[in-house]
Amino acid sequence: MSWKIDFNRCLRCGGCVSVCPTAALELRDNVLRDEKLCTLCGVCDKACPVEAIKVHKS
Amino acid sequence: MIDVIIIGAGPAGTACGKKLAEAGYSVKLYEKRAEIGSPKRCGEGLSEASQQFVGKIPERCIAQRMKGARLYAPNGRYLDAILTEGGFILERKVFDKWLAEEAAKAGAAVQANTFVSGLLKDAQGNFAGVRGEFMGNEFEEKARVVVCATGAESPIRYQALGVFSKVTLVDSCIQYEMTNVDMVSDMIHIYLSSVLAPRGYVWVFPKGEKRANVGLGIIPSDKKPGEYMKLFLAEHPEIAKGSIIEVNAGCVPVGGLVKDMVAGGFVLCGEAANHVNPIHGGGIKEAVISGQMAAGVIAECLKKNDISKRALSKYNEVWWRERGDHLKRVEKLRETLEKLSDQDLNDLVDALKPEDIIEFARGAKLSVLAKVLMRKPRLIAVAKHLL
Repeated sequence: MSWKIDFNRCLRCGGCVSVCPTAALELRDNVLRDEKLCTLCGVCDKACPVEAIKVHKS
Repeated sequence: MIDVIIIGAGPAGTACGKKLAEAGYSVKLYEKRAEIGSPKRCGEGLSEASQQFVGKIPERCIAQRMKGARLYAPNGRYLDAILTEGGFILERKVFDKWLAEEAAKAGAAVQANTFVSGLLKDAQGNFAGVRGEFMGNEFEEKARVVVCATGAESPIRYQALGVFSKVTLVDSCIQYEMTNVDMVSDMIHIYLSSVLAPRGYVWVFPKGEKRANVGLGIIPSDKKPGEYMKLFLAEHPEIAKGSIIEVNAGCVPVGGLVKDMVAGGFVLCGEAANHVNPIHGGGIKEAVISGQMAAGVIAECLKKNDISKRALSKYNEVWWRERGDHLKRVEKLRETLEKLSDQDLNDLVDALKPEDIIEFARGAKLSVLAKVLMRKPRLIAVAKHLL
């Protein structure tokens, strides 16, 4: 199980934040993730317009 | 203690702040961005008629005036819809600052580069202020009412009301602002294609002097908007020959209107409440309307010194009556259109009359779409399903 963001790809658009169902993400200068809230559901990976987020469930 | 803190100085927040300040209330508007309006997350199109809500837009905010829309079928055939009132392609970086100036002139205190990280509650459990950070310094500030006008990309709306955008109800978007693009410059260009932009569409919004916003939105999937953009540009050398001078991305809500937008001392408005037109993804007009409606109800509540959830709920009533039911219908229309194949879309554009497009953009009822579909034998089955 892992959650990774590639800040070279990320455009800081906050799309991932808007779809997060547990408010685990926040957009400041970068996207920040609260590990305690994140369920690794993967919707941020799916919504990201630029393939910056990768969630591996296995 | 001040009367109202508004989180987010975009079209919703500034409209709300301006109206409250004009009514004599003390207002602070906190904007996360270091520069209001930048980076933009928007195709920048707005109908001239929207000035009824936004106010008279100064020339400096307008990049290009539009006569209407050119709607392309997947097979390349197109239909021109000329609007009686026309529209604008804005320069959002200038427009949003103008909106903030208008709110400031009315008496609201605007502060950019201010990140709101959380909400304060009072002893009764009502929301009563914010925690934030400005120039590296943390602060807390109390207010009688907090308005969340953050757009969709903030966890504040979730913290207060559990609101987020379902991933199936956003369009994942990419946009290049390009220069040296050869397009008819006084029309917006909309390309329908279930292959190039599943559920969404490709847009080219000219900004004058051969500049244009070239973007597309799709239902989120493993195949990303950038890959679809490559396909689109490969088919359009007149656009692909241009240069990319800015890249924007974002997720636009195309549904998921929020039933309950208030809590004690708290109101949600604009894109934070998913107030976006579910067919074209435009959010400026809806943001301004909901910001003003929120301000109207908040002013009444402050006057009566009752900022309870019950009192603020009048905003739910007013918004759903004036906008929500209408946008819900537009969402139903979008759900129908997204099921059409490219061949269906070719037939649809063939069957459309210019006035139909204008009706759809305004949010026509499903029966109007059914009437259009009935003009094509292949689409009668789809039409019957709607009636």
